[in-house]
Amino acid sequence: MAIIEIERLAKSYRVYQKKEGLLASVGGLFRRQHREVQAVRDIDLHVEAGEFVAFLGPNGAGKTTTLKLLSGVITPTRGMARVMGHVPWERSNAYRRRFALVMGQKNQLWWDLPAQESFRLHQQIYGIEAAEFERVRDELTSLLDVRSLLGQPVRELSLGERMKMELIAALLHSPEVLFLDEPTIGLDVIAQHNIQTFLRHYQETRGITILLTSHYMKDVAALCRRVVIIARGRIVYDGSLSGIIDQFSGHKVVTLVFPTEVVPTGLERFGEVISHQAPRVKLKVDRNGIGELLSAILAEHTIEDVSVEDPPLEEVIAEVFSSIAKEPAPV
Amino acid sequence: MAAAAIHASPSKLKTWWTILRICIEERLVYRGDFALGTLMRFLPLVTQVFLWSAVFAGTKQQEIAGYSYRDFVAYYLLTNVARAFSSMPGLATGIARQVRGGEIKKFLIQPVDMVGFLLLSRVAHKLVYYGVALAPFALVFYLCRGFFNGWPDAATMTAFVASLLMGFLIGFYMEALMGMLGFWMLEVSSLLFVFILFTFFFSGHMFPIDMLSGWLGWFFRQMPFQYLAYFPAAIFLGKISGPDLAWGLAVEFAWLIALIIACRTAFHYGVKRYAGYGG
Repeated sequence: MAIIEIERLAKSYRVYQKKEGLLASVGGLFRRQHREVQAVRDIDLHVEAGEFVAFLGPNGAGKTTTLKLLSGVITPTRGMARVMGHVPWERSNAYRRRFALVMGQKNQLWWDLPAQESFRLHQQIYGIEAAEFERVRDELTSLLDVRSLLGQPVRELSLGERMKMELIAALLHSPEVLFLDEPTIGLDVIAQHNIQTFLRHYQETRGITILLTSHYMKDVAALCRRVVIIARGRIVYDGSLSGIIDQFSGHKVVTLVFPTEVVPTGLERFGEVISHQAPRVKLKVDRNGIGELLSAILAEHTIEDVSVEDPPLEEVIAEVFSSIAKEPAPV
Repeated sequence: MAAAAIHASPSKLKTWWTILRICIEERLVYRGDFALGTLMRFLPLVTQVFLWSAVFAGTKQQEIAGYSYRDFVAYYLLTNVARAFSSMPGLATGIARQVRGGEIKKFLIQPVDMVGFLLLSRVAHKLVYYGVALAPFALVFYLCRGFFNGWPDAATMTAFVASLLMGFLIGFYMEALMGMLGFWMLEVSSLLFVFILFTFFFSGHMFPIDMLSGWLGWFFRQMPFQYLAYFPAAIFLGKISGPDLAWGLAVEFAWLIALIIACRTAFHYGVKRYAGYGG
């Protein structure tokens, strides 16, 4: 049975449309024009217990709005969602004790106090038994290697250390569902890697359900088997990461290595030459009919090595996002 | 069920105590700012005493609107005690800022009551404030003991303490309600300015509101502002007594209940229309 069920969920906002200039500002004191922004448009989604799902999409696509709806921060315009059987925006304590939301750009810890004080407060708020609290806290601080920083005011921690503390605070009550909104934003490569490793280990050992939004493909590739692409408030893809390439990319990259530094001319007729560093040439070719194309090349030229690869995932996703951006806005 | 309820109470008390303790700890972080902010609150008191000294020196009258110079000084000292309970600096702006900046999310996702949390936070602020300000207050009152006619009787003192405690709660719920308006209008600073102005004049902090006559005086005596400063001071000075005192306390209590309901209702509907600003 699905742990998260979303049916025709929609959220729209009424936003003030201010025209440019001082006169327009004065005019805005008397009369204002508003526009309805559809942040989430009738999405349907089912997530099974134990899944680690990534939400991908350009800025303003509706990813964070969806997480806010599922965590009960905002109320939908219409539609239904149930997480572990609870309607999130009813904000029942029974539900709030079973999930956690971590936002990479928002601090939930007490800024001027050491993280251990915030942890102690969470223990009381979530009603965690003292022995269980200490066990989980010690386990998490060891895994994330921040035990020595527990007594340091949060404001004096680095961004990476702070994010680790945020994660610990969110996991102290052992949530069954975890919503992560860009947890690695602004972190350096090492800190990103540490958080990824921790999340993978934690999810595998606890089997909790995680929904993650991130702009870092490395996060997604390292953690999630299932990817949901949201664009303009709609789900445009739901499947595996590799499936994105199959569905959205019409080409493959063929790398030809010639035996000498002299690269033959006329390769353009096989496909678009995307790089030329003799003796190596990369061609962007149609993914249908790769076999015939390779036969033709090998028939005409002597090749020392050949490889056929999918285009980089970031490139495919960027193409998907930009093609969606070019489409006329849905009504 | 009953056993569970009995069992739940100590754990709830422990939660409240933890919130209170952490709020106190947070309050004590910036020692310099806190000490300065606490001690500087005595400055307006001194300026008020000088102001009314000059007014009485200029008029040659023994009394103004039934208040002698001695009464005025005693009154101001007492309104400062009342405001030490009822003033809530930064509460409304803090709530509005959290709504606009998105920090309020943590109260929506955690199993904690935001209004209760903020109330405990204010209790913590006040406790720390009294801890620091008690000695200066005692010194000022000792030096100014000549302006008072001794201590009031036990019943009046009880009513005075009750009015201070209710004044604290009225001040909290009024300010919190103003902050909740941030759910409807994101920028509330001008509105808060007007509110602060009203509070300053019509709480009796500037002058005793029974000096106001006519419809304006009647109107502001019906408002809850008087409970923030005038009412406790008037009780201590014996200006309100007997059935008037009992009625006054009953009306103050009714205002408190009304403000609690208004604040809770505003929060209930506010979060429904909250748009989750700030990422």
